[in-house]
Amino acid sequence: MAILSKDEAQAILKKVLGFSTADECAGQLNGRTTGNIRYARNNVSTAGSSDNVSLAVEARFGKRSGVATCNQFDDATLRRCVQRAEEIARLAPEDPEYMPMLGPQQFLTPTTYAAATAGITADYRAQVAADSIALCEPRKLTAAGYLEDGPSFVAIRNNKGLEGYQQFTQVDFSVTVRTADGTGSGYAVADYTDVAKFNAKSLTSLAAAKAAGSVGAKAIEPGKYTVILEPAALVSDEGILNRLMYALDAREADEGRSFLSKKGGGNKLGEKLFDSRVSIYSDPLNATAPGRVFDGDGLPVKRMNWVEKGVMKNLYYSRYWAEKSKKPATAFPSGWIMEGGTQSVEDLIKGTAKGILVTRLWYIRDVDPQTLLVTGLTRDGTFYIENGKIKHPIKNMRFNESPIIMLNNIEAMGKPVRLGGNMVPPLKIRDFTFTSLSDAV
Amino acid sequence: MTDDFIASYCCYLTSKPFTFQTPITLKRRDFMGLTGLAAGGLLLPSVPSLGGMLVDPEQLLEVMDPALKKRLADAALNAAKAAGASYADVRIGRYLNQYVFTREKQVQNITSTESLGAGVRALVNGAWGFASTNIVTEAGIAAAASSAVAIAKANQKVQKQPVQLAPQRGYGEVSWKTPIEKNAFEVPVKEKVELLLAANAKALENGANYINSALFQVNEQKYFASTDGSYIDQDVHRIWPTFTVTAIDKATGKFRSREAMSAAMGLGYEYLTPRASEKIAGPAGTTVVGYRQRYDILADAAQAAKHAKEKLTAKSVVPGKYDLVLDPAHLGLTIHESVGHPTELDRVLGYEANFAGTSFATLDWKAKNIPYGSKQVNIVADKLQPGSLGAVGYDDEGVKTKEWDLIKEGKLVNYQKIRDQAHMVGQQESDGCCYSQSWQDVQFQRMPNVSLKPGNAKLSVDEMISKVDKGIFISGAGSYSIDQQRYNFQFGGQVFYAIEKGKITNMIEDVAYQANTQEFWNSCAGSCDQSNYQLMGTFFDGKGQPSQSSAVSHGSSTTRFNGVNVINTARKIG
Repeated sequence: MAILSKDEAQAILKKVLGFSTADECAGQLNGRTTGNIRYARNNVSTAGSSDNVSLAVEARFGKRSGVATCNQFDDATLRRCVQRAEEIARLAPEDPEYMPMLGPQQFLTPTTYAAATAGITADYRAQVAADSIALCEPRKLTAAGYLEDGPSFVAIRNNKGLEGYQQFTQVDFSVTVRTADGTGSGYAVADYTDVAKFNAKSLTSLAAAKAAGSVGAKAIEPGKYTVILEPAALVSDEGILNRLMYALDAREADEGRSFLSKKGGGNKLGEKLFDSRVSIYSDPLNATAPGRVFDGDGLPVKRMNWVEKGVMKNLYYSRYWAEKSKKPATAFPSGWIMEGGTQSVEDLIKGTAKGILVTRLWYIRDVDPQTLLVTGLTRDGTFYIENGKIKHPIKNMRFNESPIIMLNNIEAMGKPVRLGGNMVPPLKIRDFTFTSLSDAV
Repeated sequence: MTDDFIASYCCYLTSKPFTFQTPITLKRRDFMGLTGLAAGGLLLPSVPSLGGMLVDPEQLLEVMDPALKKRLADAALNAAKAAGASYADVRIGRYLNQYVFTREKQVQNITSTESLGAGVRALVNGAWGFASTNIVTEAGIAAAASSAVAIAKANQKVQKQPVQLAPQRGYGEVSWKTPIEKNAFEVPVKEKVELLLAANAKALENGANYINSALFQVNEQKYFASTDGSYIDQDVHRIWPTFTVTAIDKATGKFRSREAMSAAMGLGYEYLTPRASEKIAGPAGTTVVGYRQRYDILADAAQAAKHAKEKLTAKSVVPGKYDLVLDPAHLGLTIHESVGHPTELDRVLGYEANFAGTSFATLDWKAKNIPYGSKQVNIVADKLQPGSLGAVGYDDEGVKTKEWDLIKEGKLVNYQKIRDQAHMVGQQESDGCCYSQSWQDVQFQRMPNVSLKPGNAKLSVDEMISKVDKGIFISGAGSYSIDQQRYNFQFGGQVFYAIEKGKITNMIEDVAYQANTQEFWNSCAGSCDQSNYQLMGTFFDGKGQPSQSSAVSHGSSTTRFNGVNVINTARKIG
């Protein structure tokens, strides 16, 4: 029963609210059915499936709140769940940051579900692994990959009239191809709402070409270089751009502990912080990377600008902090879209006299929250570019760089692609800082 | 949005073990990650080991009847065998968590969760299949067993090398429990809230602008059964009190934080009752204190506030080569990344190539007998150390746990492996380090405790420092990053002190060291003795696809490394 229809889900939630005697009561149902297959050494290693629905109930008496959950749906269990939430609420301390629950809201019509994705079978997954492996084995290359897919849903309802329902499907695929001797490695990654867009063979071919092409890497001196960062380098491993987007909280900025804090107090909302070509927004109806239409509080997610022509246009205001700051509360989107240009990665390479092509960045960690300085390493395909051409593969390097500095050093931007639920353009950046060499392949 | 997407970091510690407003455990894909645990609301936490249903405290103390669990387990095993499995195991798990989040003078969130379900793994003609269900009835579990067999059969056409399991005898009906003194789930929530708020008050009194504190408590009630004839009932407890203190200089806009020097531990609530004998004083000239099997959160919060303030005006490090003196609260993470991960056999062989990565320490590399470290480096793996996160009686595929050598006098002598890997290195038995984060996920090879043995000769931290001409003492784990084959790493810390001519001089800032694993361990100039030994631990060792978190401890005594490259991490923006 993992995927309930809107009517089935709301019927359960109505019943739940009917059992409550609290001042305020809300219910949320989450369900997900997933399947996965994992392969390595040109062989399937693990595969599995899982299925779960859970109900969370929040009950409030005045400013006291309690939450309980269950995952059985008979009347007795639902009643007990509501009672437990109410018991916890009576025992909890008053919340000084209490905000009343939201009333009815208007949500956009979501576009996050594709029936074909929900119909994926274990045989389909095995065939994906077989296809991917078959492209590598005859070339003496070794494939390691992972496919995960499935439908999910969320339904919300409270006794103030709020009501919402959304279904999703998701396909995530990634593959690393290595040469038999371990001296070359390549990577490809993609995610989709609709499995019809997914082609394991073309992604595997891309990774295989990078693996074969990265054999015989030469060491170059670490330092500042012009780089072309492919989308996977910008967002994989919760990448550099994600770090920036996570750091847009208004409260942290106002409290003086953010790169957005101003000397003497306040935040940098409205200031120009980046190159004029930088525009980042969220849009739950984006055709390629659709997202959720309401957030965990039940706030409607709509198109919203975060950075426009380099200017910080919005920060994330929780409902509490918004009220305190006399600002509108910010709904919490599930992805973001960075505008770019029309050029492909190949076009960007052609326009580069000297530089480095980076496929993927890895093990990215915050070094200094004051400047958003992060460190990490290149991985799975790093190449030296000269006179518009890939000259030769180079050894991987560690970088220490801040996305704020990067987005002020833009040379060119390519065509955005979907990755991690976001739209991400490849970026050509000057003076990107590499600090040491790595022997890793 | 996929709500239960687990953070896609891996192979290591998930990032920011936590900053409260962006709890790493929550939907990192959801941009900004700000509505997480601490902010409350209805969204369920998505990390299985910290997730699940919420239950009230009394219910947490009930346990499931082992006879019922045996009956359910037999239903799964029989269904798997009937469908054609040559081997099957079932894990019926009840995972309880409670966490309390506070900031300054207020409680942000109190959550109790429960997750109950079963996972079945089946081996059919040499291929694995796995399925899990939250329907914990004989019929529900048998259906999961059938699914597992069906998935295994679908995979057979791609399977070329059949899985080979190391033989394992059945233990019959046995049980094991973490030797705790006080079950954290029996302690009233009020008491926990008061303790955290008292710690917050200490920090604010001592000059902190902000403090976020939290207490995580975990209880895994795990029942394992296999067609080998084992029925293993285990009750595993863990606890982690922690905080982040922040000090701000409004005039300059500068801010600095200091995190708790506590460790996640395999202990009960007794960890939070301070004991003088469990405190380890840091070097003379510092105000650092280390904690062994008992922690003093009030004293540490007060000290953290002073440290954070001192960091605001501390001198920025001059980059260059320094001799590093690393305390156990810091060194644990370096051991984790540069020894723990490279010696996982699945990484060595390429099973983690697409995510966590591979390893420089391949079978060929080991055969060359190249020194991993200096003769002073002796590193052991274990699932036994009292108070450690790895300690259990049996692993998640029914193998009794043990201790074994990884590095002896600087030479790599062994790896970490489980039942389906042992034959790959010609070993007859598993090392007993198989783990799954929940009933919902398949079990696989996970890092046991990996610890550096203390020095044999009597040596205090002050004696060690007295021999250092130009160095830096580092305490606590900070920023950390390492490549996918574990050569090149960069580590920060919580507090840094300059050492000049055998003496600690003053606090410094903006320190990170970059090194190569082999050069670093070969520069090891010895460790302090057993009296300085301490565990560092984390709940967030990530690996696998879908990614799973595992809890692991790393023991060491303060250790010296010569001539390590130190960089300055300060930058100027806008």
